[in-house]
Parts: sequence; C-alpha cells; structure tokens
Amino acid sequence: MTALRKNKETTHEIGLKGQPALLDLTGAMYLPAHDALLVADLHFEKGSSFARRGMMLPPYDTRETLLALSDAVFRFNPKTVIALGDSFHDIGGPDRLGGEERTTLAEVQQGRDWIWVTGNHDRILPDSIGGQVVEEMALGSLTLRHEPVAGEQAEIAGHLHPVGKVVMRGRSTRRRCFLTDGSRCVMPALGAYAGGLNACDAAFKPLFANGFTAHLIGTERIFAIAKSMLCRD
Amino acid sequence: MSQASATLLPKTFRDWFKSRGWKPRAHQLDLLAKAREGRSVLLVAPTGAGKTLAGFLPSLVELAERGPGRGTAQDRRGLHTLYISPLKALATDVARNLEVPVAEMALPIRIETRTGDTPSHKRARQIERPPDILLTTPEQLALLLAHAEAQEFFQNLRRVVLDELHSLVTSKRGDLLSLGLARLMTIAPQATAVGLSATVREPDDLRRYLAPQRAANTSPLRGEVAPEVREGVGNSTSANVALPPHPSLTADPPPQGEGKEALADLVVVQGGAQPDIRMLDLDERLPLAGHTASLSMPAIYGLIRTHKTTLVFVNTRLQAEYTFQELWKLNDDNLAIALHHGSLDVAQRRRVEEAMAAGKLKAVVCTATLDLGIDWGDVDLVVNVGAPKGASRIMQRIGRSNHRMDEPSEAYLVPANRFEILECRAALDAVHEAAQDTPDARIGALDVLCQHILGMACAGPFGLEDLYEEVRSAAPYAGLTWENFEACVAFVATGGYALRAYERFAKIVRGNDGLWRVRDARVAQQYRLNVGTIVESSMIKVRLGKSMRSRPGTVLPRGRILGEIEEYFAETLTPGDTFLFAGEVLRFEGISEDEVLATRAGAGTDPMIPSYEGGKFPLSTFLAARVREILADPFEWDRLPPQMTEWLVQQRRRSIVPGPRDLLVETFPRGNRFYMTCFPFEGRLAHQTLGMLLTRRLERAKLKPLGFVANDYGIAVYASGDIAGRAARDPGFMDELFSEDMLGDDLEDWLAESSLMKRTFRQCAVIAGLIERRFPGEKKTGRQVTISTDLVYDVLRKHEPDHVLLRAARADAATGLLDVRRLGMMLERIRGRIIHKPLDRVSPLSVSVMLEIGRERVYSDNADEILAEAEAALLDEALA
Repeated sequence: MTALRKNKETTHEIGLKGQPALLDLTGAMYLPAHDALLVADLHFEKGSSFARRGMMLPPYDTRETLLALSDAVFRFNPKTVIALGDSFHDIGGPDRLGGEERTTLAEVQQGRDWIWVTGNHDRILPDSIGGQVVEEMALGSLTLRHEPVAGEQAEIAGHLHPVGKVVMRGRSTRRRCFLTDGSRCVMPALGAYAGGLNACDAAFKPLFANGFTAHLIGTERIFAIAKSMLCRD
Repeated sequence: MSQASATLLPKTFRDWFKSRGWKPRAHQLDLLAKAREGRSVLLVAPTGAGKTLAGFLPSLVELAERGPGRGTAQDRRGLHTLYISPLKALATDVARNLEVPVAEMALPIRIETRTGDTPSHKRARQIERPPDILLTTPEQLALLLAHAEAQEFFQNLRRVVLDELHSLVTSKRGDLLSLGLARLMTIAPQATAVGLSATVREPDDLRRYLAPQRAANTSPLRGEVAPEVREGVGNSTSANVALPPHPSLTADPPPQGEGKEALADLVVVQGGAQPDIRMLDLDERLPLAGHTASLSMPAIYGLIRTHKTTLVFVNTRLQAEYTFQELWKLNDDNLAIALHHGSLDVAQRRRVEEAMAAGKLKAVVCTATLDLGIDWGDVDLVVNVGAPKGASRIMQRIGRSNHRMDEPSEAYLVPANRFEILECRAALDAVHEAAQDTPDARIGALDVLCQHILGMACAGPFGLEDLYEEVRSAAPYAGLTWENFEACVAFVATGGYALRAYERFAKIVRGNDGLWRVRDARVAQQYRLNVGTIVESSMIKVRLGKSMRSRPGTVLPRGRILGEIEEYFAETLTPGDTFLFAGEVLRFEGISEDEVLATRAGAGTDPMIPSYEGGKFPLSTFLAARVREILADPFEWDRLPPQMTEWLVQQRRRSIVPGPRDLLVETFPRGNRFYMTCFPFEGRLAHQTLGMLLTRRLERAKLKPLGFVANDYGIAVYASGDIAGRAARDPGFMDELFSEDMLGDDLEDWLAESSLMKRTFRQCAVIAGLIERRFPGEKKTGRQVTISTDLVYDVLRKHEPDHVLLRAARADAATGLLDVRRLGMMLERIRGRIIHKPLDRVSPLSVSVMLEIGRERVYSDNADEILAEAEAALLDEALA
C-alpha cells in the first residue's frame, strides 16, 4: 500500500517497433523519435450530445478532457500532436464547443503541428477548429488511423476504447488501458465520458493473434498486466 | 349485534356477516364510522385481524348504497376507491379476496387491478370507464397521475387505501407515493386516506403521512423562508425504540382540517395471544462465526416434520440456497420442501407460491420476498434462521404463522453462531415486551422529487408556487426548502448546472403564462419508461450450459435459464468457482454475452460461497444496544445457554467484557502481523465504512494497514506496523484514531473513489432521470449505448460538488450502503469511552471476527493495490 505512495510515475516506457514509446497516465502516448504526442477518442461534447436527447449530463466533460489533454501537451511539449479520431462525439460537436473550451483548445494548439485523424463519430471536421484533417497517416514505419485493421502490422489506433478488468481475491477494478503486442497498439479513450470495451472482447482477438500485454492506467502509475490476468465484465 | 353496528352496517352486510358465522369486529365498525365522518385514519392491527376487509368495508357500503349506475352519464361517475399495495401480487390477491363478499352480496361493484402486467387495451378502457375500485402499486399511481386525463379520472375519488403502509414508508417508494397522495388530494379534496399497518414504533409518523401537512411557512414568493432541513451526515440521535402505545382503542381525534398538526385518526387493534416463540436448543457448541446454522438442520427438519406447514426465513439468498440444500440432504421422508427468493426465475417463484396457497407444501425456505402480507394458507410454524436483525422485523415474520389472531403463533429462532445467540436473546426479550424498532420517518429524497416534478409536467402545466405547496403537503417533504425545490425544478429542466449550457434542450419550459410544461411528447414518453424508484442492481441471467463431449472444456449455452444473480457477484467469480444457486451446486464457466454460463458441479462438490451478503438488513440500533447490555451484565448471562456463558467468562479472564456504552479495542500480534479488533455492534454496513476510514488513518500514521474484515458485530484490521506499540508511546492515539473528525476529510476522500458511493449515485441518477434505465432482458451492447454513471460522478464531483444529485446521493449514503449516520452516532457514543486492551494473543471475542478473514471479502477501493498485485503475478510468471 504505502510502497505505492511515492511520487506519481506519470509515464511508463514500452517498445513499439523497436522504438521507445512513453505511455502517459492521462492516456496519451509520446513518441520521442518523432517528438509527437498521440491521443485517441477525445469525444468532445459528448455531454451536450446526450443533452439533446434529454439526458442532461454535467456539461463539464469537454473541459475535463481538455484538462487532461493540455496536461500531457504542456508536459511533453511536443512539436506534433495527433488526435486519432472521434475527437468530437458527433458532427455538430465543434459548433457546440463553449467559448472557454474553444480558447483552451487554441492555446494547446498554439505553436504546434496539430493533426486530426477522422473517426466514425467525426468524419467531417470544420476548418474553424484549427490544424490539419487527415483520414490516416504514416509516422515512420507506423500507420496511424482511427479504427485498427487486423492483419496489417505496425499501427497505432483508437476506436475500441480498451479497458482491462482485474479481479484479485474478490476485489476488482476496471481501468482504461493500452493494448500492445510490440507492433500494434490500441490506445485508451481520453474523453471524460468515453466508456470502455473490455479487452477480453472478441473485437480485439483478430488484432492480436499472438496475444497482448495490457498497460492499465492506475491512479498513480501504469501497470503492465498479462492478458491471462484480465477478466471479462 | 350492537346498536352502533346496526346503524352503520346496512342489512345486506349484517346478513352477510351472519351467513358466514362472523360478527363485524370493533375496528371494522370504527373505520366505518370514521368514513361517515369523512376522516382519514390509520389502522394498526396484527396479522389476522381482518385489516383488509376493515379498509374496504366503508367503500363497499357506500358503493352498495349508491346503487348501480344507470346510463352512460351515470356510468362515468368515476373511480370511488383506490387501493395501493407494495406488491403487484398482493394487489391481485386482495382483488380476488374482495370479489368474494361482492359476489355473495351481489353488490353492483366493479373491481379491477392495474399493474405492469395489465394489457394496454385494458389500461385504455380503465381510463375510459373507470372501475369503482382500482387496486394498484405506487409506480402505477405515478403513471396515472402523469396522464393527461388524471384530473378527470380521479376527481370523484372518495377513498384511498394504503396497504402495508409500515413497509412502504421506509423507502423511496414511500416518498414517491406521498407525492402521489398529495396530488390526489389536490384533485379530489373530498377524498380520505386509510392506512393499514402492522404495529410500529411511532404511529404518529404514519398518521402524518396520511394527512395533508400544512407548512407553517410558505414560499419566499408568498412570505417566509422555510427552515433548512439538514440532510446527510451526523443527524442528531433520537431514541430509536418505544414501547407500544397505551391500549386505548382509539386516540382522540385531533382536528384534521385545522389546528397545529395534521394527523390522521388512529385505530389500534391490540395483538391477540402472546406468540409462542423460543430459541432452538442445541446440545452441540455453535461455531464462533459463520451463518449457515448447519448444526441446527436436523432439528429444523424435525420441526418441519411435526408441523403442518413451516416457513423457514433466512436473511440472504445464499443462506436460502444453503439451507434448502441441507434440508434436502436430510429429507428421507421426501417432504415437499420448496425454495423461494427474489433471484429465482419468476415462473418458478409463481409455482412455489401457488403450491403454497394450495396447501401442497410442507415447508418453504424463503428470504424477505415473503415478508409481506400475502396469504400463504395455513402456516403453523415460523423458523427464523440466523440473526433476527430487528425486533419489529422478527415480529412481522412471526406474524406469518397462524392467520387467526386469537391463537398464539409458534416460532423458533435459530442462531447460527455465538454472537447470534446474544442477538436472539435480545430479540426474544423485545418480542416479550412488544417493543418496536421500526425506522424513523424519512426525509423525502430529492431524486424522487425530480422524477415527480417531471411527471406533474406531463400531466399538465403547473405553477411553481402551487406545486411547491402541494409537494410540502406530503409529510416526507413538509420541510422542503424553496431552494431545494427550485434546484429540483432546474434539474428537471436542464440538469440544473451552474454552467447553463443546455437551455435550448430544456425538458420542461416556462411559458409566457408563467406555467411550466413538458417540451414535447418524447419527454413524456421518456418519463413513462423511467418511472419508479426501484433500481435493481444490475442483474445477469444464469444459464445452464452443456459440456461438449468432443471438445472437453468447451461449454455451450444450450440449457435453460435458472434465474438471475447480481452482476457484482458474478464479477467476483472466476471459472471453476462453485456456488449455490436455484438449489444446486453450480460451476461457474464464464460469462457469454450477457449471461452467466454455469454447469452442474459433480456430485458431492462443496460450494464455495465467496460472499455472504448479510448487510442487507443491518442489526437495528435497538437490538444492538440490548446485545451490548446483555454482554455487559454478568447477571444476564444466566439467561444464556451454558456454552455462551463459558465463552464470556473466558473473555473476562483473558481480556475484558466492555460496558454497554464502551468500545472495546483489542490489539495483538499474530504471525508477522499486528491486529486490531473492535466491537461497535452497529451492523456490517457501518462497520465497512468504519474499516475503510480506519485503514486510511492508519496508513497516514505509517502503520501500514493491509486490510480489514467486518461483520455485524465488529471489525478486525491487520497491519504490518505495530498498532499497540504506537498506542503505548502515544496515549491519545486510540482516541484520535476513532475521533469523529474521520467523518470530515477522510470520508470525503474516500467517497471520491468508493464503489459503494458510486453505486448510490447511480441509483439517484436513474431515479432523478439523469440517465435512462436499463431494462432487464435488454441486450447490453457494449460501449456508448449508455453512459457510465461512474464517469459522470467523477466529473460532477469535481466541477459541481454541491449539485442536487450529489446532495441526494450523500443523503442516501447517510443511511444506505454506507450507513454513515449510524457510524456518526456510534463515534459520538464512544467518545472518551474507548477501552484499549493490548493482548499477547487473540481473545475469545476477537476470534469470532478473525474467523471472517479468508471467508469474507477483503474490502478495498484502492485500484493501484489490486493492479500491483496483478502485475506481480505477471513477474512471478516470467520468473517461474
């Protein structure tokens, strides 16, 4: 218990295609070789999307997500930031963005290359949100896209919102996680209201034929957990 | 027959009573007289007193006198009597019973039920052509009141009959019903309310519930501001018990329309014969812990054999499963012994109920699902296995035997461990004195109010001040402040957030006429789908699987559904675990889609029961106090079985036996750990919270706590730091450790991550309408279909910690899963009365709670701790 209460270890290094990748407590990933920060599934304005349908979720999710995003951006201070799709929960999302949030986003983007990869929730993104919009892109030997594609090697993707569940002696915890086999990585969703899909779900199977290690985001650090230790919901 | 009854009862009725060989009972005539005077009344009577007939008699008489309706205009004179029951099955049952006198006297009265099972064409017809008497549930009433036709439907209502009122008022359903009642009284001010109740500690609480309250203060728009009613943590303690009221049959009628306090009249029927109740004698020594009562099974079986029909009550589903299993092992006579609990498949439950009513069963092992008053035929013995938990509760259970009130009910209490002997002793004393310990009246929940406000908007436009006054006429909401009311209205409209982001999506809007209306039909539809206050913890179906012969280890989901278990229970199972369910030992195979897949375990497999959910009914404060008194007074020990006395004498020799107001804290080393045990007797829920907070404090004191276990009587904390050593160096340490300020920051910190708090919040969010209900049977389609309330909780807590929903959740936490209020009362009680006893080894008292280690779940909400353990497993694997 107390042994864990050292300083927060905000990052956790893994190797991806022979390159170091730093996994961050916020759910972001930093690639030193490219000075690039990657984030996935921000789902901005999910709260207001639900409100339209009569579920008045607290309207602070975008703010909260931006807080995590700017925390990671300002710590790594990368040249490039790449958002791997579903950055907005729906197509109307950018228009509903509040004034304060719009300003924060602009501040975070300031002085960097900002790339929005499109996702199934945000196929179209207006120019007003700044940065460059692409469907997918390459970063060295890595392909970056929203939805992972089975079979192909070496990609970083989002879309699936992986979470890992661990049960130890009757106590359980369910946390967002990075899944990787060393050449593919599925990133956790960063959005405050983005739910999760259990890493044991069949959707992950074709992506990791030889299994994976899950890097679960704890409160103070990231934990590497064997696939065999993960439980279904 | 008396003069009074002759004038009150029409001849048809007198003849009917005579033909049945009955005489109208005094309280039945009293209720008739009250009805004639147009007064609301609470009838308190034991089971078998003819309560239901008493409740309906005035309606039957009035309707008989009114005569049959002629022509269509007359036909539409509307609903006369509305009956509300907590159980759908009870409503159906009562309707059936009511048909008997109506048919035998050939009365022109139409009686119908309206429940979730009523087909839609019948519902529509009921609105078109209301019956004379409608029997329904609180949820259905809420739906009816939200109907656009509500005004017309209820305007001629004369009477409302609320059955099992004592059980309804203790929950959020009671809050919802009180608001419905307030609306009924607005629509039909001529109506009177009749409450039917078992004996309770404070009849005035129920009398208040039945009468519209007139608040002394009004809305700020009309005058003074109402005083704030404090919710949540640390409410003042009140004596939690009272002896029965003076046996005057009828209380003086206070004026219902004016005067200081609005109370319904009271009619009390004194209990018949004293129940014949005793503790089951046992030659063998009971274990120090555990809840299975396995040693007593042969004796229980013997009792079943020698009685006509026995109800065996247990506290939890798992105990029910175990007891049922054990009894069948002994069942050489092949007696018809059945099982009944809330998780079983509905069809199976109905079969048991029917067989029971038909007198085909010798015994039923059941949980609280059979607590309420459905008539199960000729039960002549009640056996209560395990802790009685509360005096009123045990009396109501005993009342299930022998439905004739003049004959004594026969009952046995069966303790499962030595502490339960104390509890049974205390309960027997309480039954003997007829002392009651029903809970305090509730303060109306704000999440329920939110739901009601939306319902009222669906019914038609409302003015803010009018609705405020109406809501406060409901007793649970009499102290509602204008601020809280406004906050609830704002919540319904746009979520009520400080950041006004959702104005354009508002669900209810204020028109130019100043009235609030629902935005569109879709919102009304949403309301109808989400009405009600019962939020089942997510349940998951259990399906019997078939192993494939060709591929060992592969299980196909080909078998039938056995019932449902709580998701959180399923979550703690790993493949290969065995558990008891539906009377069988099952092997957990895994979860496929949205079902638990299980196979029959091999013969002779012992089930592993990983979780004993004993906390559902915490030991009442009254019984807890009695237990502490018995424990503290060696003269009382003579009344206990010898094995118990011996044990206590040992405790006195090795440690001490604490006084009734003291808290004994024992510390001792064992293995390479240091243990601390204490015995507050405040029930498992409060103890869990205490354990969570104590471990936080021990950690801050650098004593490295490793975990704790809790039961109804005490807790044991273990640490790698020497707690006793610290206490020796620092004499104020224990006082500080247990000081009341743990309910400040420590509690707040814990609540931020507590899974129990998140579960509490989820219930409030569903009831208030923040998120939509998930319906049983609806497929869980994974992500993004619904939103996780845990995520909402985290965000809301951070950005708007005083939001009305969080306040509602905190109010629930005070009494619900976290029982913070009770913990607060305990900490106040023991201030300056902590007796720390450092010992070399475990004491007899402490053994009992130490035995829970390994058997009970270890509580922790610390995710990193769990993850570190899992990560270490990966390393072990790598190094192996």
